[in-house]
Amino acid sequence: MSTTVTTRPAVSVAGLRKSFGTKTVLDGIDLTVTEGTVFALLGPNGAGKTTMVRILATLLEADGGSIRVAGHDPVREADAVRAAIGLTGQFAAVDKLLTVRENLRLMADLNRLGRTEGRRRVDRLIQRFDLIESAPKPVSQLSGGQQRRVDLAMTLVGNPRLIFLDEPTTGLDPRSRVEMWQIVRELVAEGVTVFLTTQYLEEADQLADRIAVLDHGRIVAEGTPDELKRQIPGGHLVLRFADPGALRTAAAVLNVTNRDENALTLQVPSDGDIASLRAVLATLDGVHVAPDHLTIHTPDLDDVFFAFTGNPASTDEETR
Amino acid sequence: MTTLAHTLTDSRTMFRRQLLHLRRYPSLTVMLIGLPVIFLLLFVYVFGGAVGAGLGGGRDAYVDYLTPGILLFTVAGAVAGTAISVAMDMTEGIVDRFRSMAIARASVLTGHVLGSMVQIFIALFAVLGVALLIGFRPTATPLEWLAVAGVLTATSFALTWFAVALGIVADSVETASNTPMFLSLLPFLGSGFVPTDTMPTALRLFGEYQPFTPIIETLRGLLLGTGIGNSAAIALGWCAGISLLSYVWAKRKYNKRAAS
Repeated sequence: MSTTVTTRPAVSVAGLRKSFGTKTVLDGIDLTVTEGTVFALLGPNGAGKTTMVRILATLLEADGGSIRVAGHDPVREADAVRAAIGLTGQFAAVDKLLTVRENLRLMADLNRLGRTEGRRRVDRLIQRFDLIESAPKPVSQLSGGQQRRVDLAMTLVGNPRLIFLDEPTTGLDPRSRVEMWQIVRELVAEGVTVFLTTQYLEEADQLADRIAVLDHGRIVAEGTPDELKRQIPGGHLVLRFADPGALRTAAAVLNVTNRDENALTLQVPSDGDIASLRAVLATLDGVHVAPDHLTIHTPDLDDVFFAFTGNPASTDEETR
Repeated sequence: MTTLAHTLTDSRTMFRRQLLHLRRYPSLTVMLIGLPVIFLLLFVYVFGGAVGAGLGGGRDAYVDYLTPGILLFTVAGAVAGTAISVAMDMTEGIVDRFRSMAIARASVLTGHVLGSMVQIFIALFAVLGVALLIGFRPTATPLEWLAVAGVLTATSFALTWFAVALGIVADSVETASNTPMFLSLLPFLGSGFVPTDTMPTALRLFGEYQPFTPIIETLRGLLLGTGIGNSAAIALGWCAGISLLSYVWAKRKYNKRAAS
């Protein structure tokens, strides 16, 4: 997380609207991304996340509203915006017929870096992204996680100060996901601003300084991860007991009413950390009751949407 | 750097990308050479005796008559490869990357056009070589050969831009591989394989006024010394017109298609 606080926003959007035909995809979006921070746009498929990124990255024109990206208007000063940003989309934007090194070289040439500087930067990225072995291989031969790394490395060749990551870990295995998170953290440590979209609350929580929740084209909540999580009641423990007597005793001392007499379970609100877990167990110890079984439920996207919209996350197709 | 210098640098970069594709995947080029060579051999050895007799020569006369048409058939077939590789770019994420970078817009397309023209000329040399081996005897002077190269360049340029546009508007790679196929039929429906005057009236009229016939007649005149008349001017007019319209069409569709 960045500790520097600057006042110049990397992205500022007011009253942004976009529809495709009669379908409104973005319906009056306001948001500000501070330079050097990670901003996460959290939402289910079809919420309008990709449309939002495409507008900010000059690929799509908004119908209305005012937009500044890196201090410029993405329509009137598209090239100035393009020179400042990097985009890594949901689908690896790589040339699968070329090798990893050739892909990076292509980016160096398109950034007009010159031969020496281009080679230097390509070599550094190959090293940094752990691609030394894959460098001479065609990208089509790499795994999904490696392709995504090549994709991000290509984005970084031009040294962008603002990076858009559209669902950077969707479809990746857990290990690749953690590696991707690590890379994002390193970028932020270097002062890069990251605008991230994701379907995963955990990802936004891990990476973002601020999160905006997007639903049906509107921002329904915005704040720091802690601010948002405090408003989400979804986190809880489920305790199962051996007999109804123990269940009733536990319910009484823990002061909870949410219990299931048939399953012999008790639902206790909790954010799932060790301290609150200890506290619950200590309370039970005090009355000599021990649960048979315990599960921790951490809040997920569904809980977020339930908290802010009263509806489960919508699942219609992502509109491009 | 000026905008023009940027455009040139970026186009050169994209051209190099296409050359890498060519080098990495020679099988497509081999296929683009194979089909016209098969047609050449088929027409010369299967139909050549009979058709050549009709032309008042024989098999050797028919090789001479046929080769200019086969050269054009080669170009028409090769641009299908252009449409396919453009459609591949358009359906994958890479085009969004290019469009979100501060590079000359048309350079992606220019790269495709230049790369394809290299591929077409490789194919043309190979096909011409086979034609010479089986008895094609052109009478062209060095200057006329230069003009032949010029006409083939103009034709390839026009058809490649046309194929680029077809590749952009195609909604899938499969569509892109099918739509340019009618171009391969055009040499048949003109003076490419037999003279048009033996055809039924409607077909003959189409054959005489379609763009490929004046191009073939110009090539035939340059290579073999037959009369060219105003064919050269008409041929170049067609090439200029097709190039311009296709360029405008391709560029507009590229900006629009990638934006949706």
